[in-house]
Amino acid sequence: MLWVLWITVSAAGGLYVLGSIVYGGNRSLLLIGKTTSGHHQIELACDACHTTVFGGAEVLQDACVNCHGVELKAANDAHPLSKFTDPRNADRTAVLDARHCVTCHQEHRPKITRAMGVTLPHDYCFHCHADIAEDRPSHKGLAFSTCASAGCHNFHDNRALYNDFLLQHAGEPDHLERQRMTLATFLRSREDSIKVPRVLVAADADAPAAHRGDAKIAADWAGDAHARAGINCSGCHTTKAEPERWIAAPGIDVCKGCHSDEARTFVEGKHGMRLREGMMASHDGPLGIFRAAKLPPMTPAQARLPMKTDQAHTELGCNTCHSAHRYDPKTARVERCTGCHDDTHTKAYLTSAHHGLFEKEAAGLAPKGTGVSCATCHMPPIETRRPDGRKAIFVTHNQNDNLRPNEKMVRSVCGTCHGLQFTLDALADRKLIDKNFTGLSGVHIESIAWAQRRARERSKRRQ
Amino acid sequence: MNRQTVKLAAAALLVGGVTAATAVHAQWFGSKEPKGIPMQQVADMLHAVMDSDRAIYTTRVVNRLQNEDKVIKADEHFMDKKALPLPAQMFRFGAERVATKTKAFSYSLLSLWPVNKQNAPRTKIEKDGLKYVADNKGKNYYGEETLGGKKYFTAVYADTAVAPVCVTCHNSHPETPRTDFKLGDVMGGVVIRLPM
Repeated sequence: MLWVLWITVSAAGGLYVLGSIVYGGNRSLLLIGKTTSGHHQIELACDACHTTVFGGAEVLQDACVNCHGVELKAANDAHPLSKFTDPRNADRTAVLDARHCVTCHQEHRPKITRAMGVTLPHDYCFHCHADIAEDRPSHKGLAFSTCASAGCHNFHDNRALYNDFLLQHAGEPDHLERQRMTLATFLRSREDSIKVPRVLVAADADAPAAHRGDAKIAADWAGDAHARAGINCSGCHTTKAEPERWIAAPGIDVCKGCHSDEARTFVEGKHGMRLREGMMASHDGPLGIFRAAKLPPMTPAQARLPMKTDQAHTELGCNTCHSAHRYDPKTARVERCTGCHDDTHTKAYLTSAHHGLFEKEAAGLAPKGTGVSCATCHMPPIETRRPDGRKAIFVTHNQNDNLRPNEKMVRSVCGTCHGLQFTLDALADRKLIDKNFTGLSGVHIESIAWAQRRARERSKRRQ
Repeated sequence: MNRQTVKLAAAALLVGGVTAATAVHAQWFGSKEPKGIPMQQVADMLHAVMDSDRAIYTTRVVNRLQNEDKVIKADEHFMDKKALPLPAQMFRFGAERVATKTKAFSYSLLSLWPVNKQNAPRTKIEKDGLKYVADNKGKNYYGEETLGGKKYFTAVYADTAVAPVCVTCHNSHPETPRTDFKLGDVMGGVVIRLPM
């Protein structure tokens, strides 16, 4: 009769595994392969991508676009879906179905995954651009595995690489003289429109006695931007809907009430992607076996990059980089980054020329906006349009938006201070990046010269 | 004839009669589909709208503001340059938007002398059609083709230079393969496909 027991146990175990697949619980055993660095943080929120239990590329496509659609549109995607839905390209999509992200970016395939999560051999451009040498003699003899080289082409984002842009920025000096509106200038121009009835002082703190805590807290808050803007304790520690309930440690849900741009971009990047709406580790299941649970916030211990061990279990949220009652942006720009990040690039920053500028600006020896901190490059101020069309500038908290591939940084970051040739050369030199740009680039990108040569040749032919 | 035979004959006649009546009824009254519009006519109707919309954009917006009043330029990189989209882009964006809304038809702008080589004809009908409309002014080209296992009714219409701005820009474009376009010339073709 032992076999009855064996069957029962097997059936129960099988049902539990099935339940895990559908509802959640501990699913780490179900992972079929190491996930890419882009997704490893959310690998246990299976239904972030696998929105239904069954379904192929179509289901996954919706999930890809849900998270990545906006940035692809902003990047003026050079190979959008619309290029491949035309029936005249049916023969091409039969060979390489570029209508689906997963054709080129398969997850859970660590053995064939290359840079940027691409799981195709590097010469995929050949399928549609085999005859490029006919139109571009400069490309004769170039291997198709080199199309996506630094400074040449990117499958999706060519905002800093397209022909006209190269020509327009040819001949720029290494260090530009021109001015660019910095966040400080923009904020000053908007100051008048912010009406504050009265700047608050420590005595104005309206926290109930039971929650007042240390006197230092009130002192910190009183000297900070929130008090100057008229935001009292209750402004963050209670909500309008439930003014009686005191929230001991307000999270991103509170911050986003006023700082919607920052909160929105924070959960788009690697610091906050676990906090993104819909990232559930498990859902409510039958018989109460599975309970709904969101993914816990990210901690440095789980990161793939080298991190300092003393911060291993710090949960990432708004207050991790901005302390709870003194939102000092200056500390947030460098100290907080180096507090956790322990890789070569970060360590090299502290002895770099960029950091030298940062210290000079902090000491008042250089004009505002000339210092270069970690945030200057990886969380720069960006322009956006409000629904009514008004321009606004805010600091993007999506550190990934200015990271990899580093062509993304050419216009929004490097190009504010440096000429295009200098920028392309620097971003193409991996060794220089590791040294955090101490010294000059050992690589020379030919793209601008090629664009100029072609323009000369074509104009000669037209004459 | 005995009774049995008569009964059999009557039964057979009844069955035969009912069958025949059913067949006739089905033929005359069964699932009568409304008469559709021929595909060629549909393509012509679509082309009339496309052609008019773009001609208006080219003449009343681009030609007027860029060439006549000279207040703004039209540029391929209109976001970066704060310029007007090119008429060809306006056309293409329309085609892309249509593609998100319906699979009932698709259209594209092609040419034997394209600025962007990806807009050169690739299928046999595209090649023959573009040549035909360029050589036979005022005529359209219609045909059928199979792409990706699906059958399409394909129509090719001439795309002519309706305003001076067409020829001035295309003749001087760095990537143009032809520099001798004149006002009224056929510069390419609109290809409309309807799945059959």
